[in-house]
Amino acid sequence: MADLTRDDVLKLARLARLDISDEEIERYSKELTEILHYVEQLQAVDVNGLEPTNQVTGLTNVMRKDEVVDYGYAPKELLKNVPHTQDDQIKVRRMIG
Amino acid sequence: MNGQSQWLPIADMAAKVQSGQLKARELVEKSLKTIENKREYDAIIVALEKRALERADEIDAAVQRGDTVGALAGVPFIAKDNMLVFGSDTTAASNILKGFEAPYQATAINRLESAGAICVAKANLDAFAHGASTENSDFFTTKNPHDKTRVPGGSSGGSAASVVLDLAPFALGTDTGGSIRQPASFSGCVGYKPTYGLVSRSGVVAMASSTDVVGPLTRTVDDAAVVLDVITGIDPLDSTAISRDTSSYTKLDSVVARKKIGVVKEYMGEGLAPNVKAVIESTIQKLKDAGADVQEVSLPSLPLSLAVYYILVPAEVSSNLSRYDGQRYGFSYEDAKDMDESYTKSRGQGFGREAKRRIMIGTYVLSSGYYDAYYKKAQTVRTKLINEFNETFKKVDYLLGPTAPTTAFKIGENANDPLQMYLADVMTVGASLAGIPAVNVPAGVSEGLPVGVQLMAAQRKDRELLSLAKNTQELLK
Repeated sequence: MADLTRDDVLKLARLARLDISDEEIERYSKELTEILHYVEQLQAVDVNGLEPTNQVTGLTNVMRKDEVVDYGYAPKELLKNVPHTQDDQIKVRRMIG
Repeated sequence: MNGQSQWLPIADMAAKVQSGQLKARELVEKSLKTIENKREYDAIIVALEKRALERADEIDAAVQRGDTVGALAGVPFIAKDNMLVFGSDTTAASNILKGFEAPYQATAINRLESAGAICVAKANLDAFAHGASTENSDFFTTKNPHDKTRVPGGSSGGSAASVVLDLAPFALGTDTGGSIRQPASFSGCVGYKPTYGLVSRSGVVAMASSTDVVGPLTRTVDDAAVVLDVITGIDPLDSTAISRDTSSYTKLDSVVARKKIGVVKEYMGEGLAPNVKAVIESTIQKLKDAGADVQEVSLPSLPLSLAVYYILVPAEVSSNLSRYDGQRYGFSYEDAKDMDESYTKSRGQGFGREAKRRIMIGTYVLSSGYYDAYYKKAQTVRTKLINEFNETFKKVDYLLGPTAPTTAFKIGENANDPLQMYLADVMTVGASLAGIPAVNVPAGVSEGLPVGVQLMAAQRKDRELLSLAKNTQELLK
């Protein structure tokens, strides 16, 4: 596959919500291209008849009862790392309009 | 460096605390003093002096009262700083989590505390566990205990160095593609990666959830078994956790003369440094001399495992790190004019270089148009690899190879070549992708630097693996 251009890197940074500098764009277009070239060796592997693995120990749909469990944590304690709160809720900047 | 340890075997130490012959406070003070004396190695991010001493006094008071104290009573330990622990910040060695105070503790930490162990400090790591040297720590690089100009390995480099520097009787690490085993090899201690799911990850900063495991780093295999026995078991807070054996992981057998060991051909060829190869071959000879049935085995897809790993892991990393958005916890860019800028600036300034690199690779391989070619293909090659492991374990009970292709490299040697750095994981990622248990046992020294042998077993054969590891460590004495 093709090398990653500056525009590709900018688009990826945009999708991942990362603000990156010009110096980083240069660096990453080179480094990400090298890494992608390395992993491209998988394209030639024959995997005919095989399914992808998503879980290695064979667990499927581990369910629990849909009920409130009291772990004894106070909301204020759980919110202590939040930059901005109001009335025990997380306060963020205006998102619409 | 290679002198006698100041710590008794963990089980003996706890027994002496239980009987009142040793005080938990003395052990904690000794550990804190050693941490202070060995600061130049930068193994530790922060010591939890106040909380550790308080807990030590509680345990000593309980012993005084005649109350029952646990299997690890008074035993100090050091936790990798990507595990939530009370008493100080949990940073994962990242700027974006600086100042984060755990509102709850990791299940593994709670289990150790319930057994009476005392967390005395948090160890350095590559930020978010992304790396093989601790050079990706946003704070500082840990020095190899045997040579300060070299790396201790990573990402659990602070944990491995802590054990080798004798700062505490044991340390906890996490292993996603080799992050317990490889630093154990570079620094010279036992590093145990359990079967995937055997230890709950609740309260551990997530890296790649399909391979992340928690495990101990210790001086001896017996110590690793004692710690593992306490931290394993299902947990309602981690739905991937599996049930543990009903009997103790500390009941280890003599297995060398009774079991078959397969030497992994793909790990012994190209890319393996001759000095490492010599130590591994001498280890194999010692096992043979002790009566082991050793044969060569081949897993032809193993050379592909690093490529599989460096698709799947960045994909999972990009997903797991999306939670660091500057809104709920962690670094938040305050002067943003709108929500979008708050996200992009908080993440752009908060994440280090390697985290950003992995987030972008992950975003790429998961994006529309590339998902099938990269992510799904890698998941399918993973199946092929797992099938080969399963077939091989029909022929032999254990696998053996080096843990890392080289001894510890120089600080800065690979810092500007991410792909070269990734190659440090080439012999450890296979076991991670298959979810099987694997352990590094110190096997020898070459030019003053430790060399480790890696032993692996089938899923859930943790006790069997610990048995062989113990036998091997004793043979190499």
